[in-house]
Amino acid sequence: MMLIFAIIVFAFVAAPLVGLMGGRSSPLVAALPFLLFVVFCALLPQIAAGEIVLEAHRWIPSLGIEAAFRLDGLSLTFALLISGIGSAVFLYASAYLRGENRLPRFYVALTLFMASMLGAVLADDLMLLAVFWELTSFTSFLLIGYSPEEAASRRSAQQGFLVTVGGGLAMLAGIILLGSVAGTFSITEILDRGEMIAAHPLAPTIIVLLATGAFAKSAQAPLHSWLANAMVAPTPVSAYLHSATMVKLGIYLLSRFDPVFSDHALWIALLTGFGAVTMLAGSVLAMRETDLKRVLAYSTIVSLGTLTMLIGIPGALAAVAVVTFLIVHALYKACLFLVAGIIDHETGMRDSSALGGMRHFMPVTAAVALLGGLSMAGLPPFIGFAAKELVYETGLAASAGWALVAAAFVANAAMVVVAGVVAVRCFSGDLTATPKTPHDPGFAMLAGPIVLAALGLLFGIAPWLVGDSLITPAASAIAGEPLEYSLSLWHGFTPMLGLSVLTLALGVFAYLRWDGLRSTLANIRQIDLWGPDRFYDHVMDGLQRLALWQTRLIQPGSLRAYVARTLLIMSLAALVTLILRGGLELPSFAGSLMPDLAIAALLVVSSIAVARSRNFVTGIVAAGVVGFVVALLFLFQGAPDLAFTQFSVEALAIVIMLAIVGYMPFRERDSRSATERRLDAYIAAFVGVTASLVLLAVLAQPFDARLSDWFRVASVSEAHGRNLVNVILVDFRALDTMGEITVLGLAAVAAAAVLAGLRRATGEKRK
Amino acid sequence: MNSIILQTTSRLILPAALIFSIYVLLRGHNEPGGGFIGGLIAAAGIAVHAIPRGRTSLVSMLRVWPKTLIGAGILLAVLSGLPSLLLAEPFLTHQWPFPSLPVGTTLVFDLGVYLVVIGSVLTFLSYYLEEH
Repeated sequence: MMLIFAIIVFAFVAAPLVGLMGGRSSPLVAALPFLLFVVFCALLPQIAAGEIVLEAHRWIPSLGIEAAFRLDGLSLTFALLISGIGSAVFLYASAYLRGENRLPRFYVALTLFMASMLGAVLADDLMLLAVFWELTSFTSFLLIGYSPEEAASRRSAQQGFLVTVGGGLAMLAGIILLGSVAGTFSITEILDRGEMIAAHPLAPTIIVLLATGAFAKSAQAPLHSWLANAMVAPTPVSAYLHSATMVKLGIYLLSRFDPVFSDHALWIALLTGFGAVTMLAGSVLAMRETDLKRVLAYSTIVSLGTLTMLIGIPGALAAVAVVTFLIVHALYKACLFLVAGIIDHETGMRDSSALGGMRHFMPVTAAVALLGGLSMAGLPPFIGFAAKELVYETGLAASAGWALVAAAFVANAAMVVVAGVVAVRCFSGDLTATPKTPHDPGFAMLAGPIVLAALGLLFGIAPWLVGDSLITPAASAIAGEPLEYSLSLWHGFTPMLGLSVLTLALGVFAYLRWDGLRSTLANIRQIDLWGPDRFYDHVMDGLQRLALWQTRLIQPGSLRAYVARTLLIMSLAALVTLILRGGLELPSFAGSLMPDLAIAALLVVSSIAVARSRNFVTGIVAAGVVGFVVALLFLFQGAPDLAFTQFSVEALAIVIMLAIVGYMPFRERDSRSATERRLDAYIAAFVGVTASLVLLAVLAQPFDARLSDWFRVASVSEAHGRNLVNVILVDFRALDTMGEITVLGLAAVAAAAVLAGLRRATGEKRK
Repeated sequence: MNSIILQTTSRLILPAALIFSIYVLLRGHNEPGGGFIGGLIAAAGIAVHAIPRGRTSLVSMLRVWPKTLIGAGILLAVLSGLPSLLLAEPFLTHQWPFPSLPVGTTLVFDLGVYLVVIGSVLTFLSYYLEEH
């Protein structure tokens, strides 16, 4: 079977085509995600029957790394969310960003993101998972930085990237440890060996590392601020990456390994603890905002905290709650984000404290927003109600459940308020003035929110539609054993129902007093002054100061100092090694040719001339003579290629010096003091003696001709060339040469960048 | 550096250096020579020509920025390794498609080296040339 591999390759390869279509704002861009959605839907019956599709291809066999894929209930749930919400977002963006000249780039990044995301949730090999994981961080960076000319956009893109990739590094360390403990990188095999791994002494380290990666990706407190700042991205990106899919990747990772660690005390403590704290922090922060997107972003953080907490609670019921809440959240949150985007697009503003009465202009949008909001608030008959009941039921059944239920209670009340602020407040009440006169948008922007909101209602009325086919298989994957659960909306008069009523009452009460509550919370300056966002700035400032300090220390800017240090350290290292290893030895001088001695004498004379030269031009000429004499030496020693190259380099060096001489502030006379000159002389003598000793020691060793003999034989027969040097360069060691020319080119480009700056700074006045 | 001597002699040096550099490039597989030396010779010839005439004339003579030559060279070197991948051999295993003609993918690779050397030298040099 090649099916999953083919799907992912197809998604990647289609990116340029999607970019091309997207550049024309064609609604057909949604065809790719929709096609993938249909394919995954077709796999639904197979997975619902309890089957797990596995496939593996060779990738790096020497390291035991395979391109292996696994499709079970959990990965299929994610794949359906990614492709389904992807369809809505691709379509929406074609109208939302119509006519922008960055559209091709935008759609390429969005498609690459979708493909990476699918790869991450379908990977059955930990290394493959890590690769796709980092790719999602990278594409997220590109998408947050959609408007690179704005400073806020750059900062947010960098912050999101650094936090998620930093977490990714921790996860990679965890993966390597996990792989070595389990003896395999295959997720399927690791799940089979779960008990052995959980009992291993390294298990706590692995748990902390994996959780760090997941927490960074899924914006758990205190790593949450990047998600709120990521709202500078265009709204389709916020809806897709930063609420429905990418931020759920951490949740995916935790769910994936829940069967292994679910009974480990540290796992339970970390996940429930950080989850609950995140829920509370997100709830408070959401209440402080007026920007619709930032309100929604903080409510996403609350939901991610809820999911993390639920995964931390052991048991089958928690697994069902995770999956249900995951699907419900993706449906209503993507819907509300897209609605917020419509409001922004149509009115030109998204400050919810200043918006009102939009139902008159946008009746359809208002209705859709209401449907999504009701599901978010957790009212029957929406599926959001079922999810909330499950969260309470799970919490009540857990140990230390009262604390978790309390956190969930606050979080759910906050959800009611957010739903009110986004879905009700902007549309109800008196009409307010807006920069643009709004009206309902066209099909492309409304289709996605309508379908998402309708599904929230449909699944609530008919929970079995999604329950048996998707939620049960996915929950089985999280629980690590086949489950039987029948999702239903009405559970009778239970403690959960009572909690729901109380939640709603508190939420509505808080919503009605939102203005006062918001300004009270917003006035707590300590949150801005001491929050993690400010901490991030301090860390980045510190990093820059460290770089500056280190650069000043190592690079004072004096060429003489660089040369002196480099030569001294190099010679010292060589000499110490030579002495410690007992390598000091002299070769026999018998058989030295007379012409060579004459050349050597010439070399000595010209070197003395370099040392004695008092100005720059004499120095260049003398150094040139040294170079030419060395070339002669090569020629007589039977290395014509080397001699040839040396001649060319010397000639070119003189030409370049000629060009530079008019530009540089070379002094006519040597400006060094007598002490400096003496010091330089000592350094030069030391370097010269060391180099001579090393060369003599080399010559004292018997010459090993095996390699050159082999090349002499193989050169013509295998590489069709008689010039050994060139054959080695272009054929036997061609990869090295390719590396060398790349370095050469990069060095030239880097030097050009420095010189261009120099030219701008000083060159203009020299014209 | 507006020297009449350099202006005049460089007009002769440039074509000689270029022709010689190509000769050196082509003979490299069997006799002393090759892309690296050829590139150095060509770069020296072009540099001598450009020094008295300035930066603008260098670019207009090359028709591209010297940086482009670096990219083109690396691209050629990479391309020369691709046929081997198609034949399921290790990357950069050179191919000799014509049994009688001594022309293979090594020449493409060496041409890449040649261009990178010229491009690097001239990229660096161009910042020291005067604007005319």
